[in-house]
Amino acid sequence: MGHELIGRLLGWASVQAEGGFWMPVQGSTGAVVVDRIFSLVLWVSVFFFVLIVSLMVFFVVRYRRRDARDEATPSPRHNTLLEVTWTAIPIVIVIVIFVWGFTAFLNLNVPPANSYEVLVTGQKWKWLFTYPSGHVDEDLHVSVNTPVSLVMTSEDVIHGFYVPAFRLKRDVVPGRYVKLWFRAVKPGEYQIYCTQYCGTGHSDMWAKVVVHEPGGFERWLEEASNFLKTMSPAQAGERLVRTRGCAQCHTVNGTAGTGPTFLSLFGHQVALEGGRTAPADEDYVRESIMEPQAKIVAGFQPVMPTFKGRLTDQEVTAIIEYLKTLK
Amino acid sequence: MANIDTTTDAGGRGAGQNALGGDNYLTHGRGLKSWLFTLDHKRIGLMYLVVILSSFLLGGIFAMLIRTKLLSPGNSALMDANTYNQMFTLHGAVMIFLFIIPGIPAALGNFVLPLLLGAKDVAFPRINLLSFYLWVTGALIALGSIVTGAVDTGWTFYTPYSTTTNTNVIAMVAGVFVLGFSSIFTGLNFVVSIHKLRPQGMTWFRMPLFLWGIYGTAILQIMATPVLGITLLLLIAERALGIGIFDPALGGDPILFQHFFWFYSHPAVYIMILPAMGIISELVSVFSRKHIFGYTFIAYSSIAIAVLSFLVWGHHMFVSGQSLLAGMIFSFLTFMVAIPSAVKVFNWLATMYKGSIWLATPMLYVLSFLFLFGIGGLTGLFLGALAVNVHLHDTYFVVAHFHYVMFGGTVIAFLGGLHYWWPKMFGRMYNELWGRVGALLVFVGFNTTFFTQFVMGSQGAPRRSYHYVSQFQPYHVLSTIGAYTLAIGLVIVAVNLAHSLFRGRPAPANPWGGATLEWQTSSPPPHDNFPTTPVAGDPYDVEAWTYDGRIGGFVKKAPAGQPAAS
Repeated sequence: MGHELIGRLLGWASVQAEGGFWMPVQGSTGAVVVDRIFSLVLWVSVFFFVLIVSLMVFFVVRYRRRDARDEATPSPRHNTLLEVTWTAIPIVIVIVIFVWGFTAFLNLNVPPANSYEVLVTGQKWKWLFTYPSGHVDEDLHVSVNTPVSLVMTSEDVIHGFYVPAFRLKRDVVPGRYVKLWFRAVKPGEYQIYCTQYCGTGHSDMWAKVVVHEPGGFERWLEEASNFLKTMSPAQAGERLVRTRGCAQCHTVNGTAGTGPTFLSLFGHQVALEGGRTAPADEDYVRESIMEPQAKIVAGFQPVMPTFKGRLTDQEVTAIIEYLKTLK
Repeated sequence: MANIDTTTDAGGRGAGQNALGGDNYLTHGRGLKSWLFTLDHKRIGLMYLVVILSSFLLGGIFAMLIRTKLLSPGNSALMDANTYNQMFTLHGAVMIFLFIIPGIPAALGNFVLPLLLGAKDVAFPRINLLSFYLWVTGALIALGSIVTGAVDTGWTFYTPYSTTTNTNVIAMVAGVFVLGFSSIFTGLNFVVSIHKLRPQGMTWFRMPLFLWGIYGTAILQIMATPVLGITLLLLIAERALGIGIFDPALGGDPILFQHFFWFYSHPAVYIMILPAMGIISELVSVFSRKHIFGYTFIAYSSIAIAVLSFLVWGHHMFVSGQSLLAGMIFSFLTFMVAIPSAVKVFNWLATMYKGSIWLATPMLYVLSFLFLFGIGGLTGLFLGALAVNVHLHDTYFVVAHFHYVMFGGTVIAFLGGLHYWWPKMFGRMYNELWGRVGALLVFVGFNTTFFTQFVMGSQGAPRRSYHYVSQFQPYHVLSTIGAYTLAIGLVIVAVNLAHSLFRGRPAPANPWGGATLEWQTSSPPPHDNFPTTPVAGDPYDVEAWTYDGRIGGFVKKAPAGQPAAS
């Protein structure tokens, strides 16, 4: 019984690969390092906290005033040696914590030379991951035990890229590239959050890190890169609308977002700014994607960026096929 | 030790004097105008107290709405995501700019500072009134934004989000700009008052430590607040004119805003905590009936904190992409600023050693402070360590740490100080039992609310989230239960204090046994504070006072060797 309790208390403040009271599962090599420092600081804190509170409680009990006219027992008003001691000891302790925290931070910031590079783009309110093959995905797929470096930037405001299981976080700033790296140690799926507040959908800006078994990542990437060949054009188009950021502004349920809805768009007449109309045919959709400012739909702002160079002809065709299904 | 009760003169007007029936600052002038145009620091302090506590209530209501929403991880009937974003922004902005920053200095400080100095008023009474009306103006402009498009940027106004959102950022920012001037004027007034108005006998190192705390704060207010003002003006210019200082699309740098903002807002954290530490220094000595231990170390540590606080702003930006070298320097300095706070805690504990500890309500707040500020300070070590900070940054761990320092530290000390000086302010004693019940409930409720958030944060829950993964729901539910408990505790505190105004037992001049000058005039004090200018002695010579059961308060002991005749 007593042993079990002590075991629990120790477990409460120890580093556990499977995650414990304080920390989530350790999914990367960096997580192991961070958790060790966390444990050290936790034990230092528990020690000082217990010291402070037990002295406080002891004094209150021992020296409590029993009668309103009780006086204090005479004792020194200061003691320089004692005060210098309790200034110096914390200084030494915090310097140890500082040095360890900083050196670990340095190591966690310098990617190994042979790391696999993935481009990360943050935008309201979605993460996009671009692989060396050119494939763009809404989740981050990596191979276990492989160093992966992330080159990150933002399309609009500041976002924060955070994977708790990897103890990995960095702000993603517009107009800059920042680099991060990690080495996943265990296959599985891990949560990605946005931690820098970015507006309405901030707390929906979730994605996953999918860590594959050896060989699994290459198979996945090939399959995913070929979805245009393996899926029907309309299915592929649906996927593109979902994963390439179209759905952030264009709904498929009839409500207007930042841009007009896709529902019942294809084949109908569209009212444009300036009173003209245009038929929404294949050419219209293609032009709207490549030259978004050419025709502005009445009631909307000309804010859409061009997708020239970001979508291939084949992908545009797939999107057109998908729009045809939204009646 | 066998001192005989004495009711001899203790400051010119006789000990145990309650002035409720006679002339005091509350009855000195009558009618609304005598309040609105008053130059009396005590009345201005009370007016601040009213508006600041109203702001606390408002910010608290926002907090309760947020916590209620967070009971469930998905959409809520209570509010949508945009409203939630406005709620947490308003909670932060109201609590920080309207409540905590002015809280102790402007309300308690205004009332107590001239009394501690044995002075008639602050150095510039007219500027004091002006700064009150600047506060009111700034608050109205800031709160006006709620009607015209409540801000949804978070209280930190990070660019480029704040320059592109369609809410009324300009109104909120303009309001905070005006509030800044109120803060600067208060700081200026206090610095000059402490330099010029100290009475005979009060050298720098015989000042009450609350004055040291206020002095450190005032320096920060004067030196840091202008930077905030400039930053906010630039933000307004960016929004209104698109000048492109912060907007990367125009060649600006959004990180620059963060540097500017934290250059003020980190020292601001110490604007909030230094006077709180000052209050604790006063209370721990009086309620232990012992001279404060290590006066010089405590005084110097206030100044050390004030200086170092200007050099640690970059620890808010460890994951912003600032250089590794900058990260290293800021991490090191952050650890150094922890030291003076630790020194104070040890000195307070040593003051209690061999004391005669009276567990009256203010002392319960002192104990509560030591417990909570201890946790707040120690969890700062996690956040100062760079590698660990990366994991904890922008999670609930930071939310919890901040609240442990700001609520567990500043608000608890504010409540302690309020209970301590309440009899002096209004000449009435509150109910001691209910005072203790309130303090206890606040303590329990606070820990339940925020300790839970430490765990949730280190498990990886991002802050400012409307939706969250269902794994975190048990923590959120517990935290919300804690928040309701805390609210009940605060309501008890408020009702108890309000009740005392009408039914409280008349307070003696010195109900607690304090040796500082404010206890040597009647409760409440006369308009001019002291009938004759007092001479200051050692502010912690509490052993020179003894309890007199007949008046329910403390009186000065007869000089040694002269047994007083009854």
